[in-house]
Amino acid sequence: MTTRPMTRRTAVLGITAAAATLARPAVLRAQSTGRVVVVGGGFGGAACARALKRAQGDLQVILIEPNAVFTSCPFSNEVIAGLRNIEAQQFDHDKLAAESVTVIGQAVTAIEPQQRSVLTADAVALPYDRLVLSPGIDFHFEALPGYDEAASEKMPHAWKAGAQTMLLRRQLEAMDDGGTVAIAIPANPSRCPPAPYERASLIAHYLKTKKPRSKVLILDAKDNFSQQRLFEKAWNELYGDMIERIGLSQGGRVTSVDPATRTIITEFGNYTPDVANVIPPQRAGHIAELAGATDATGWCPIDPVTFESKLVKNVHVIGDACLGGGIPKSASAASAQGKACAAAIVNLLAGRAPEMPRLTGVCYNTVAPGYGFSLAGNYQPKGDIFAEVEGGVTSPVDAPRELRAREAAEAERWFQTITADTFG
Amino acid sequence: MAALINVPSRAKRGDIIEIRTLTSHIMETGFRRTVDGALVPRDIITSFTCRYNGTEIFRADLFPAIAANPYLSFFTVAKESGKFEFAWIGDNGYSSTASASITVE
Repeated sequence: MTTRPMTRRTAVLGITAAAATLARPAVLRAQSTGRVVVVGGGFGGAACARALKRAQGDLQVILIEPNAVFTSCPFSNEVIAGLRNIEAQQFDHDKLAAESVTVIGQAVTAIEPQQRSVLTADAVALPYDRLVLSPGIDFHFEALPGYDEAASEKMPHAWKAGAQTMLLRRQLEAMDDGGTVAIAIPANPSRCPPAPYERASLIAHYLKTKKPRSKVLILDAKDNFSQQRLFEKAWNELYGDMIERIGLSQGGRVTSVDPATRTIITEFGNYTPDVANVIPPQRAGHIAELAGATDATGWCPIDPVTFESKLVKNVHVIGDACLGGGIPKSASAASAQGKACAAAIVNLLAGRAPEMPRLTGVCYNTVAPGYGFSLAGNYQPKGDIFAEVEGGVTSPVDAPRELRAREAAEAERWFQTITADTFG
Repeated sequence: MAALINVPSRAKRGDIIEIRTLTSHIMETGFRRTVDGALVPRDIITSFTCRYNGTEIFRADLFPAIAANPYLSFFTVAKESGKFEFAWIGDNGYSSTASASITVE
């Protein structure tokens, strides 16, 4: 359950919510074949809401998302490097509303699993038969002393796209030639594991073009990372010694930061870069905690066949917030999970057994304009988690530049496809 | 790569200080086999010691289950200015040392 202190106001709202649930839902539930509330309008939640409505038109589907505009993390590294405008990252939920998904632009303040009800900021209680949470990530500030919301204004994480993305871009633009840009990378599990290395690559591209005497310093809590050989080969080819990486066993794990002096402290040294991009350790978005769906890891254990929480009945968790096992936390995985979860819910509401999902996750990395590579994997439930099954493909390490150019173009098409599929 | 050492350069007398060490070593367990079935011989660090102005204050025995590049951190009380000396000893005559000084006020 929530660890937030219960104020008098939330206590009162809680009672109101319970009363409203008792008074209203019988009628609502009787009118349709069921009512599903989806919290979170990103790649996972929006895909799930849309798939639910398309699978069963008489299902009542409510999407709760406080932000009118969603800003996509995929391709936001291009924005940081000045290769793309932030507007190209932004999507709304108008098309979902046009397909009769009820979109509510409110924050969720409480979840009452016993009453099967969600309470929004304006004190409306929304009853549900099934609840889907797609809250993404929040930052685990306690795990990085010195770092918090205020510190992120000086040392941006840019790990939730939007204002932070633009802040990091402005800091790079303001930096003098010859400066050092440090990127602090946490251990897994974290959102989109290869993305910090894509970011390092694209920042190096910006620096090489505009400020060629500058450097990128990666301070990494990991020794090995996804698609490492592909990245290292590309860095060697494109950026020479511009990118320096200090891995875990060279003492690269960041243990604290001092925003007043813009200092990054690792297990074995202190660094004061000109631009500090600090990506803090992460956990499931706090909505999941409100529902009581997080365990001691800070993430949400699920039944991989239905995405139903192992801790709270009738609550499903998808996307970055769930413990997906072998599936990397990515937009592509969240979208696939959203659709599979929708299919499972439609079956469960009809009293049918859910089908075994088979998910595909794909991840494109662009390390310079016209230079991309990818990893695609297939995943199926195995015991309590998802495990990778055969059929996965990673770009070859030795490949002609034409293939890299083709994959960069494919990455762009992938983005157009997934955003059209989810929001268009 | 030489060992990494993190000892505070200054401390107040009586302070509890943290010491961190990391040394590069493959820590080959001796249980793995090559594709041909031959046993890969064991090659690990077997012991670590830390001396503070000549007196041993910390010792650890290491075994095959310890991962590569052993990282050890421990605490001691800052008693006097001087030197910490670290030594790693292992299979095949492996030996490595490092040191760090501290000023205690």
